[in-house]
Amino acid sequence: MLHLVLFLVFGAICVAGAINLLVQSHPISSALSLVVVMASLAVEYLLLGAEFVAAVQVIVYAGAVMVLFVFVIMLLNAGVEERTKGSRVALILGIPGVLAGGLLVAWVLIERTGTATVGLGALPGFPKTIGNLLFHDFLLPFEVTSVLVLIAIMGAVVLASRPEPKNPEKES
Amino acid sequence: MVPITTLHYLVVAAALFVLGVIGVLTRRNVVIVLMSIELILNAVNLNLVAFSRLWGLHGQVFAIFVITDAAAEAAVGLGILIAFFRNKETVNVDEVDLLKW
Repeated sequence: MLHLVLFLVFGAICVAGAINLLVQSHPISSALSLVVVMASLAVEYLLLGAEFVAAVQVIVYAGAVMVLFVFVIMLLNAGVEERTKGSRVALILGIPGVLAGGLLVAWVLIERTGTATVGLGALPGFPKTIGNLLFHDFLLPFEVTSVLVLIAIMGAVVLASRPEPKNPEKES
Repeated sequence: MVPITTLHYLVVAAALFVLGVIGVLTRRNVVIVLMSIELILNAVNLNLVAFSRLWGLHGQVFAIFVITDAAAEAAVGLGILIAFFRNKETVNVDEVDLLKW
């Protein structure tokens, strides 16, 4: 019963935060509603028993990534965006497309998925087991990901740094 | 009382994914487009973790990889955005036409 209530409440908060992200016109409001989405998703992960993923979600997403977003919004001083009217072609093609896509998703969800429940308090995603998987079965992807993150850091530094003023004496 | 199954989590994830796609397609501010991409990646993560109830813990490890890639993508995307803003003084996607011939 508690599981059902928690799932419904935080799922509703999650979807409501996502809708609020789209409705708000100022980027800061959107960023804060994205934080709400991340935090409620962490609770959903806990309900699924994924303890470690929930902690990583809060620390990396709601912490680091969103601080980055808020920082850039402050830096760019981005104001309220002005809306333009959508095109007629998008309206004519979009509504049947959305209906067809929704029917397809509903059919796949109903026909093709199995069911599995998890008891409240059961935590199969214990950090020890995740760490074992990460450093035994997935050691090569882990190392490749570290290289990827290193390249991303260097790319971000190069892109965001101010271009150096021309200094003829420094050139060899 | 209805037990909460994988299907319920998939419905939430599908809703998040659709909202993210709507954000990518309709908003003009690049920062909000990047946030919508984060929303899509979060929907994928919820799917992976929900399916890890059925098929074992590999889904959770993959969700961690997706989180790492999303952080890298956000860093590079926002760096590109800062470099672009320095040149053109705008953050609207429809004014990004530096590569247009």
